[in-house]
Amino acid sequence: MNNDRILLAHGSGGQLSHELVERLFLKHFGNSILARLDDAAVIQAPGTRLAFTTDSYVVSPIFFPGGDIGKLAVCGTVNDLSMSGATPLYLSAGFILEEGLPLAELEPVVASMAATARSAGVQIVTGDTKVVDRGKADKLFINTAGVGSVPTDVELGSDRVRPGDAILLSGAVGDHGMTIMSQREGLRFASPLVSDCAPLNGLVAAMLKEEGHEAGAIHCMRDPTRGGLATTLNEIAGKAGVGIEIDEHAIPVREAVRAACELLGLDPLYVANEGKLVAFVAPKAVEALLAAMRAHEYGQEAAIIGRVTAEHASRVVLRTALGARRIVDMLVGEQLPRIC
Amino acid sequence: MKYIDEFRNPTLASSLLADIHARATRPVRFMEFCGGHTHAIFRHGLRQMLPPTVQLHSGPGCPVCVTADADLDRAIAMSKLPGVILTTFGDMLKVPGSHGSLQTAKAEGADVRVVYSTLDALQIAREHPERKIIFLGIGFETTAPTVAASILQAEAEGLHNLTVFSLHKLTPPATRAILDAGESRLAGIIGPGHVTTIIGSQAWEFLSQDYHVPCAIAGFEPLDILQAVAALVEMAEGGQPAVANTYSRSVRPEGNRAALDILCRVFETSDAEWRGLGRVPASGLALRPEYARFDAALAFPVDPGPTRQHMGCRCGDVVRGAVEPPECLLFGRACTPARPIGPCMVSAEGACAAWYQYGDIGHE
Amino acid sequence: MCLAVPTLIKSVEGDMALAELGGVERTISLTLTPEARVGDYVLIHTGFAISVVDADEAQETLRLLTELAASYPDETNGNLQSTISHQRS
Repeated sequence: MNNDRILLAHGSGGQLSHELVERLFLKHFGNSILARLDDAAVIQAPGTRLAFTTDSYVVSPIFFPGGDIGKLAVCGTVNDLSMSGATPLYLSAGFILEEGLPLAELEPVVASMAATARSAGVQIVTGDTKVVDRGKADKLFINTAGVGSVPTDVELGSDRVRPGDAILLSGAVGDHGMTIMSQREGLRFASPLVSDCAPLNGLVAAMLKEEGHEAGAIHCMRDPTRGGLATTLNEIAGKAGVGIEIDEHAIPVREAVRAACELLGLDPLYVANEGKLVAFVAPKAVEALLAAMRAHEYGQEAAIIGRVTAEHASRVVLRTALGARRIVDMLVGEQLPRIC
Repeated sequence: MKYIDEFRNPTLASSLLADIHARATRPVRFMEFCGGHTHAIFRHGLRQMLPPTVQLHSGPGCPVCVTADADLDRAIAMSKLPGVILTTFGDMLKVPGSHGSLQTAKAEGADVRVVYSTLDALQIAREHPERKIIFLGIGFETTAPTVAASILQAEAEGLHNLTVFSLHKLTPPATRAILDAGESRLAGIIGPGHVTTIIGSQAWEFLSQDYHVPCAIAGFEPLDILQAVAALVEMAEGGQPAVANTYSRSVRPEGNRAALDILCRVFETSDAEWRGLGRVPASGLALRPEYARFDAALAFPVDPGPTRQHMGCRCGDVVRGAVEPPECLLFGRACTPARPIGPCMVSAEGACAAWYQYGDIGHE
Repeated sequence: MCLAVPTLIKSVEGDMALAELGGVERTISLTLTPEARVGDYVLIHTGFAISVVDADEAQETLRLLTELAASYPDETNGNLQSTISHQRS
């Protein structure tokens, strides 16, 4: 291409649009379905239930330690599918590009999406590109929708959560949100904070396989993204009408995340994660599932963080390190750094 | 984390609590002046671990909560002036004024930016010589010296586009005002640890001399707060009011002289309007005449019109310690963190926000 | 009042310093604590050091608290919890 920046014409559907699709998106995403460039991708799904989800990604900055907006866009949708027990199969990718965006910034994002999709075993089979005037989009926004197949014997949902369930967390919380915050606040890191952005379908598959010995032992899974662990637990407690109790000392948090939170007056429980899951499981299966998680690349620091109870329905209660108990509410608005 | 983790030691906390339980024979009411203490007390679950004889009440030490409506309205009006970039600490962003907050002004097109430090505001001023940068100066004696230092830096660099809207306030006069109001019989005051690193523990001696009320200067970790409570219990039981410095690793009797010198070079005391306390003489900080060119109030005189208060909001009574948040009829109903009516529910340090967020599960 | 966090000064340049907490580093101003040196711990508030931590005093405070703990040997968390709940019922 003789242009090195996105022009409005790239979004108009004409020659430049076609060039962009062929020379950038096809080059990286290349698969036989996408190569047909039909209006819709016709895909074969095994005769089971389909899981379908969509999310948009507007993170700034678009490149950060541990990932980029593209990797996030693939992982986020793959993870949403995985949380319902689905095997992720196909993704769509819609791009809204700001006029003037250098291709030198766009191409690495696209390459990253392709690499992440490959490692997650999914294909990006359809997409769209629009270009808006300079200043109308912050460099680029991405929407991904995803489809996956749910095996017949898998039934995950907040309605299955019940008192007595153990709560497992796959690893340390707060990495992603504090990494993004650190890029904005101008904090520098000796041991750099890195986003935990990762596709979790492999971890979920390992857990479901282990669970096979105790059919139906996993009741519900969620990935605690925006709003953090506290918000996700509150959502489940509210939907399921149960109480949740968690132990402060059991929740893994990296020292650098703790430190960054202290400096900004933030609470790790409310900070976003992009490569973690919580699972609500029947007590009999806890040890085996924990072992299966810890054996997996993305679950090495998995821990039991609490339990579901019949008391204080819809409320999440934390047992503090001192042994006292206090309520953990949902995040309201955004966490802003505070001085007081 | 050094000087943090050691002061969260559960075993040492348990023995402090046992000590307090053993000594506190009579009911006593202590006020923790500082919103940061309220927040820490709730976060670590300390209230429920103390004996029922020891009652803790929140004071006016939340700079967001005590900012008067009229002053906030002026700040919001300033943010809407052409060419202005209004820089503010995050704490103030969502506080409702008479017609919306700084956040709604931002959504409507005002250039409002959250900063972590006045150093960030200085940087914005350097980068935008064509714009007028106003720094919204809230905070007590801990924060005011940092603002003073930044004004001196701006002067040294010859920056002409930075002004400060000073709403800074002083804590000892507010404490006097509360005790003078005599609404709650306080047996002791947990003194603000970080303010006192600046003003020095000697600044609190008026509490024992003029009011015969014991004071314990406390840091913000659980052991600090419990140590202060234990000291207050001992002094209340023994009838010997004094100022106990239980934050001696950071607080000195004379305070931080360098910070006080810088503060006094730029600021002088003035009367100030406090939500809940009204006009308190010599309780605010205004820019000295020789620094008038850095005074946003002079550079941008605005008249935002009459203030509009929400019927039923009792933030004023809450900051004075006269009522506890659940006694406000709006608490948890019309007024929640998602839809706050008063600043006590918005601010992370506000008593209402702490009560709402952390609950009072030990007392259920 | 107000959030201030103890950090270690790793290096100084003029009146600015690099301060570290738990592996996280931040550039801060030493204008209010001109006496601070590399190796000192300082409380930082909104990007400024406001006080140098007195290591001896910190140690003394912990020593006193440890002594107090020795005079309440049975007060592990568990015992204290049951004391508290007994009181409340």
